[in-house]
Amino acid sequence: MAQLNNGVAASVTQKQPLWLLAEVTYRCPLHCAFCYNPTDYDKHTKNELTTEQWISALRDARKMGAIQLGISGGEPLLRDDIEDIVVEAHKLGYYSNLITSGVGLTEKRIQAFKEGGLDHIQLSMHDITEDISNFITDTRTFELKKKVAGMIKAHGYPMVLNVVIHRYNIDHVDKILEMAEALGADYVELANTQYYGWSLVNRSQLMPTREQLNRAEAATNAFRERIGNKMKVFFVVPDYFSDRPKKCMNGWGEVFMIVTANGDVLPCHSARVLPGMTFPNVKENGLEWAWKESPAFNKYRGMDWLKEPCRSCDEKENDLGGCRCQSYLLSGDAETADPVCTKSPHRHLIDEALVAAQDPIIREQPIIFRTDKNSKKYVEGSQERVDQFHALP
Amino acid sequence: MSVQHTDIYAIALHHRFQWEEAQQSYVILFPEGMIKLHGGAGEILKRVDGKVSVGDIVTALKNTFPDVADIEADIIGMFELALEKGWLRQINV
Repeated sequence: MAQLNNGVAASVTQKQPLWLLAEVTYRCPLHCAFCYNPTDYDKHTKNELTTEQWISALRDARKMGAIQLGISGGEPLLRDDIEDIVVEAHKLGYYSNLITSGVGLTEKRIQAFKEGGLDHIQLSMHDITEDISNFITDTRTFELKKKVAGMIKAHGYPMVLNVVIHRYNIDHVDKILEMAEALGADYVELANTQYYGWSLVNRSQLMPTREQLNRAEAATNAFRERIGNKMKVFFVVPDYFSDRPKKCMNGWGEVFMIVTANGDVLPCHSARVLPGMTFPNVKENGLEWAWKESPAFNKYRGMDWLKEPCRSCDEKENDLGGCRCQSYLLSGDAETADPVCTKSPHRHLIDEALVAAQDPIIREQPIIFRTDKNSKKYVEGSQERVDQFHALP
Repeated sequence: MSVQHTDIYAIALHHRFQWEEAQQSYVILFPEGMIKLHGGAGEILKRVDGKVSVGDIVTALKNTFPDVADIEADIIGMFELALEKGWLRQINV
């Protein structure tokens, strides 16, 4: 009791899957160009886990210490059992979050979520202009999203808005924040696009310039200064514009566990792109084994596996070598330093991507939207824009 | 922020305070985040219920932990920190 203030620790006990992300379906009514879901998601749309399998996964993860639950997708509301999942999550003591586009959120459903004990709803918004919002999602959902924001507020939920930032909306960040204020948002996450899945395919079409990024950051800071504690604004910095990589997922198998629509258990959203890995699946493996024992979760845990230049780097504890998926997707080698790092022999791949994104011919190539039709092409291997980012064989 | 003995606080809206068996500690949960509270902080915040005053909590903790020196300053400091972080809301305003 002598040091009460120092006793408040933001740190958490090591190696518990505190955050569980349930990607309950890959089906989605929106077709966002920046979606991080796998481009071949179409093969996982017909073998989704049942309600009972989800509930069993929630119970098992809770026993292991999971406490923050994200119910995500795709669009989770395309499933009609989210109400049952919410009730169970509440009973188990999760702090639960529905991550939604808003499509399918009716008055009846939001009331059921409130009664069932859902703790908050994170709504995706895209721009202040109807044109860009509808363009980037390839849908007409702008007005609906504003209506849903009102419903979330009316039901006494904290309003958490997530806005993915890219070339088309980055110059509107000041106006987007004003819109969030007008909607009564409590938290706003300005998530600069990270390049995985569909956003990697559309990288040159989505990447802003460094000048745009600097202006957006300045606008965000000015807004923060004015708004004070009334709203929390997170500005997720895009790693391509940084000279050190992100500590991806706060470390492989450290605090995050993802269960995908078909039951795969992953340490990060896009881990299945890595070659030669077999991930556990809740249909065959217990979650405890998956987290503690499975070869996949242990492969990049901690720092013992690090290679040079990371192994002897005095900054290795800050980022654990960065992101395995990004290393693989850009360099062809999953175990090399994240190419974002200026100490990486592959940094030139990032610099070239930044230049390519400003090339008038490359950047004007059409966007490949996240649609079932396009995903089928990736499953079949008939999609043309697929391997262009693998610099190495 | 100055905390008075007559102040009454509750856990802030959209925040939840609960015991976590797996972590053997109290935690505060809120959108996108969690704070793990070590022993002393948990002992204080578990008494915050929107009814009892800061003074009542000081008295209760003095009785529970008679050997801890200067416990009152620690408790007030904890309230100030919790207010600054937005974990508490004041009831008697």
